[in-house]
Amino acid sequence: MEILSLIALSIVAAATPLLFAALGELITEKSGVLNLGVEGTMLVGAVVGFAVTALTGSSVLGVPAAAAAGAVMSALFALLTLNLLANQVATGLALTLFGIGLSSLIGQDFVGTPLERLPRLDIPGLSDLPIIGPLFFGQDALVYLSLAATGGVAWFLSRTRGGLVLKAVGENPAAAHRLGHSVLRVRWLAVLFGGAMSGIGGAYLSLAYTPLWAENMTAGRGWIALALVVFATWRPGRVLLGAYLFGGVTIAQLHAQSAGVTAPSQFMSMLPYLATILVLVLISRDAARIRLNAPASIGKVFHPGG
Amino acid sequence: MAGEALFGVRLERRPTPSRAMMLATPPLAVLLTVMAGAVMFAALGFDPSAALKAYFISPLTTLYGVGELAVKATPLAMIGIGLALGFRGNVWNIGAEGQLTLGAICAGGLALAFYGDEGWWLLPLMMAGGAAGGLAYAAIPAFLCTRFNANEILTSLMLTYVATLLLSYLVTGPWKDPDGFNFPESRLFNDEALLPVILEGTRLHLGAPMALAAVAVGWVIVARTLIGFQIKVVGLTPIAAGYAGFSQARAIWFTLLLSGGLAGLAGAIEVAGPIGQLQPSISPGYGFTAIIVAFLGRLHPLGVLLAALLMALSYLGGEQAQIELGLPLAVTGVFQGMLLFFLLASDFLTHYRLRRVSPAAVG
Repeated sequence: MEILSLIALSIVAAATPLLFAALGELITEKSGVLNLGVEGTMLVGAVVGFAVTALTGSSVLGVPAAAAAGAVMSALFALLTLNLLANQVATGLALTLFGIGLSSLIGQDFVGTPLERLPRLDIPGLSDLPIIGPLFFGQDALVYLSLAATGGVAWFLSRTRGGLVLKAVGENPAAAHRLGHSVLRVRWLAVLFGGAMSGIGGAYLSLAYTPLWAENMTAGRGWIALALVVFATWRPGRVLLGAYLFGGVTIAQLHAQSAGVTAPSQFMSMLPYLATILVLVLISRDAARIRLNAPASIGKVFHPGG
Repeated sequence: MAGEALFGVRLERRPTPSRAMMLATPPLAVLLTVMAGAVMFAALGFDPSAALKAYFISPLTTLYGVGELAVKATPLAMIGIGLALGFRGNVWNIGAEGQLTLGAICAGGLALAFYGDEGWWLLPLMMAGGAAGGLAYAAIPAFLCTRFNANEILTSLMLTYVATLLLSYLVTGPWKDPDGFNFPESRLFNDEALLPVILEGTRLHLGAPMALAAVAVGWVIVARTLIGFQIKVVGLTPIAAGYAGFSQARAIWFTLLLSGGLAGLAGAIEVAGPIGQLQPSISPGYGFTAIIVAFLGRLHPLGVLLAALLMALSYLGGEQAQIELGLPLAVTGVFQGMLLFFLLASDFLTHYRLRRVSPAAVG
């Protein structure tokens, strides 16, 4: 019983950073922009969230700081790709390379600094229930926020005028422009949202999943988040499913290692990456489905002057 | 259709990219990076002029330093050539670091397999093995992309993590040095498995001329062959390429196999050159920095060579500044990222121009 509850909790913890980053990237991509800088943005979010929390002693400041840092990183990307019309793939890669360097520069004084994990909700009675207690009533605030964000993004995309405009800009920016919508403004906001969410996702890693700062601690999660968006065929509900699936794979291999599975640990650690390739192949195999679901203008530079 | 005019000027797409701007933007980006670097050094509490000197000038004041520059530029140029060719065709091989690692594993595995039975044939075999390893590893994303439509950016990158873990397994397990006090390293290779040094007093080795040869081959492919032309057309206008009968799948296979093979060869050169054994980490991110090299070199083989030297200097300068001034090594990554940012930002001058519009013409 105890071990089941522990496994469930750790799956949630492994899934949450992916969920934040993938939801943010989903909105960015829905506007027709492909931001490959998620990995670098998450790293900067992780280090800024950690540093601010360590210096002020308050994660209530650390998490918004991480979101702001993520937004600043993505603002660089937006400036280059939306205003200066740079290639989105190249700029996204630049953002990741820059983020890796910048985060290790900021973080060099924080390597080895201990930090208390984000506090978990504790409702007397409810949180003490076996299994469902800690699972439903004993998570930290960011877990609840990530779930609320999933609902919020789904609601925004399917039920609001803003969501409609966002999708219109992503599907056909020229038409949206002629209708009087500012493609530039919509895309800027979408990119900023994506950056802030990646920043929070990174902060979850350094404040809750493993409460410490280590260089390159995202270990490819930013890229996995990008793959999750494709896996989810750009639907928030499936992003949630995918994130928890990947959280499950990550935790399964960790527990298999500690349970004494004889395969070398390195082979177990390969599993999340191999699983990413596998689901990408399974989803992308159906080219028509990808074409149908992917925002039509994704990755393409839009300049109203033509 | 009129663009959005701002302050009486309008961004206008040039009919053809400006050649002058294409050549002017890399130096401009370097200049901007150096200026931003000075600001960064000052913000970190270092004297900017001393730091810049340590970074960009001190490493080149000795023969040994110049040799080191070439040693570090070798893998960068070799990988950058292959990536540049792919980027021309919109094929985004981001996993060169993994292909380099696989090449290092194959070449190092051969050196260990024939440990004690070496001959003149071993080095060529290691080089061929490294290239074959990188090529085979890049064939995975090529296959998944052409057969299953899976994005090569994500698959090649995921495979990089897998390759690093595989190397870590090998050097901590089956290939660990039996007399190595349990360090995660292989045996030191024997001399026959090491690339000869070609300049006395430096570590400059036979890999450098091999990289020059790769640049030459890359230039021939770009400028003189049909496949080079086809890749360019596929990258610029996929639809026109389709009408001309140029296959996108062929461009994907060719550029991924070529860039993977070159990255694998670079990995073989690293283990047979400066490293001389297998370790958990073969490269300080050459496979990723080569992406910057390709762009900074304007996707042109000669440009790639110059860009490789410059990025090699950024590695060297980072080490020098750490020794001289205690600057953190992470500054190198920041420098490299900034350089690519500035390049991409100034690049819009190549494709667009600002044109003054009279108020009457607006609206």
